[in-house]
Amino acid sequence: MILLPALPILLPLAVAILLVFFRGDPRRAQAVAMAGAVGHLAVAVALMVEVVRHEVLVLWVGNWPAPFGICLAADMLSAVMVLITAVIHTAVTVYARRDIDAPQVRAGFYPILQVLAAGVCGAFLTGDLFNLYVWFEVMLMASFGLLVMGPKPGRLAGAVKYVALNLLATLFFITAIGLIYGMTGTLNMADLHAKAAAVENRALLTAAAMLLMTAFGIKAALFPVFFWLPAAYHTLSVPVSAFFAGMLTKVGVYALIRMFTLVFSGVDLALDVLLVIAALTMLFGVVGAASQMEMRRILGFHIISQVGYMVLGLALLTPLALAGAIVYLVHHIIVKANLYLVSGLVRQAGGSFSLKRVGGLYSSHGLLAIGFFIPAFSLAGFPPLSGFWAKLLIIRASIESGQYLLAVVAALVGLLTIFSMVKIWSEAFWKTAPDAVDPSCVHPDLSAWMLGPVLALALVTVALGIFMGPVIDFSMAAAERLLDPQAYIRAVLGGLP
Amino acid sequence: METLLAGLVGLLFAAAIYLMLSGVLVRFVFGFVLIGNAINLLIFAAGRMAHTRPPLIPDGQAALTSPAANALPQALILTAIVIGFAMITFLLVLLYRTYSQTGTLDADDDAFLEETGRVAEACAVDSDAEVGP
Repeated sequence: MILLPALPILLPLAVAILLVFFRGDPRRAQAVAMAGAVGHLAVAVALMVEVVRHEVLVLWVGNWPAPFGICLAADMLSAVMVLITAVIHTAVTVYARRDIDAPQVRAGFYPILQVLAAGVCGAFLTGDLFNLYVWFEVMLMASFGLLVMGPKPGRLAGAVKYVALNLLATLFFITAIGLIYGMTGTLNMADLHAKAAAVENRALLTAAAMLLMTAFGIKAALFPVFFWLPAAYHTLSVPVSAFFAGMLTKVGVYALIRMFTLVFSGVDLALDVLLVIAALTMLFGVVGAASQMEMRRILGFHIISQVGYMVLGLALLTPLALAGAIVYLVHHIIVKANLYLVSGLVRQAGGSFSLKRVGGLYSSHGLLAIGFFIPAFSLAGFPPLSGFWAKLLIIRASIESGQYLLAVVAALVGLLTIFSMVKIWSEAFWKTAPDAVDPSCVHPDLSAWMLGPVLALALVTVALGIFMGPVIDFSMAAAERLLDPQAYIRAVLGGLP
Repeated sequence: METLLAGLVGLLFAAAIYLMLSGVLVRFVFGFVLIGNAINLLIFAAGRMAHTRPPLIPDGQAALTSPAANALPQALILTAIVIGFAMITFLLVLLYRTYSQTGTLDADDDAFLEETGRVAEACAVDSDAEVGP
């Protein structure tokens, strides 16, 4: 199946085109979108199976040999990211059935979501720097569309911040591409591995690496450029915010991992800067969350602090630390998307996103309480859930590298995360319901279409925690191949001299 | 030629960043247009510049013989221009919508700033009735 690496991109794009014809019919549009999402999931699983069997799959688009044409290359990291994208895509599409109203369907919610999924998968699969830029722009355009579509098309200030900063990020990115092309004469990542190391003007190369770091740092919401995220994410509709929270910042993290393992293997300055940035990102994110009382704002700040952990794993650049970063990516995407979906259910059951106005959900909605409890305490790092193992790997890698201060920071941020999650638990689920809620807002019967994805993702979180052994083994293997990318380069360059 | 272009790129970058930092959204869009052009010129300059022939293989030959122009930067710039158009279009629509809602395009204006922790206003009506079970 030679086309397999392209299918996770082509299938959602094809379904998106098909969905344009169903815009006036929400039920049919949802059915087609669901079929598309399940197909996406099937293709992603097939890709994963093939990658486990063959390690690297490469598709030279248009049969141009690398490094002259664009290639799609799926290694273990790409495959696992595509698989999770498909999982979240499916969960969000199922949830959207009861949460997205007809005006939003008419505005093109389903086709744009499919395009967004295709763009994310394209970014994970491409082996070419300029093509990565193109996929970033596809994602950006789709995310803009979903951003201004929300249920209350008000509060565009957050949208403006999101748009401005993300546009700046892509501008930095393409500037760096121009510089790198000028220095090396190639944009194929595998080809760059040797050619970037051979560049004589190290200062200019470091400058280009820093530009890329800034670009992907904005995307990943790293300190000090994370302000757009809490400003924008709570204005979205719930399924969209779940997809954004799960996937979009992680594309930035993935790009950072790919750049600093494959392309710039010898730029140490960037890694030193990343260490400091990671620590500050963790701290600022979690402290920002402590001061919030709106559920989705709390979660938004926690995205930031958790991205800090992943970048810390990259900045240490040992096999254990990188494996920790990969485990963290997998765990975090599932948990975070799930928590955003839960926040929508809390709004339905309690009538508000604000923790001050809801309460008593533990006694009235037991399943929802379970659906929140599992991802929340996985995020906070309770054993035996997935978050505990992810944090443990990162902290252990910090100690092994002699970065004791960073290990302390990581542990401390874990404690503060517990504080935040307990705050949501005690306010929304534990305390008695305040009577200030407008009863017309409360819909106590939660639809199975909305609870289903939440419980399914919670189950995945539990399963990840229980079967952590194989997951860590897989991540270790992926991390070793990232640090020694010779096999990847050989596969992409296909025996070229 | 390359020195001249490098100077021009630097000048465009400086002007664009000045405009983008001004806090007024119309200026941000103008800055975005300028910086897009600056980056395109940068890519163009990166692909080496010289007075050469077009990269066409003459009749009866199997490969390029003489130094020829570099076609790849032009392809990259073409892509970047097209994407830039889409972005500018979107930005202008967003500006228009923002202005019609807030009555201002100054990012420091009070109408633009949200007080943090503001409680979301009354719940959006869920239209389950339209979608069906």
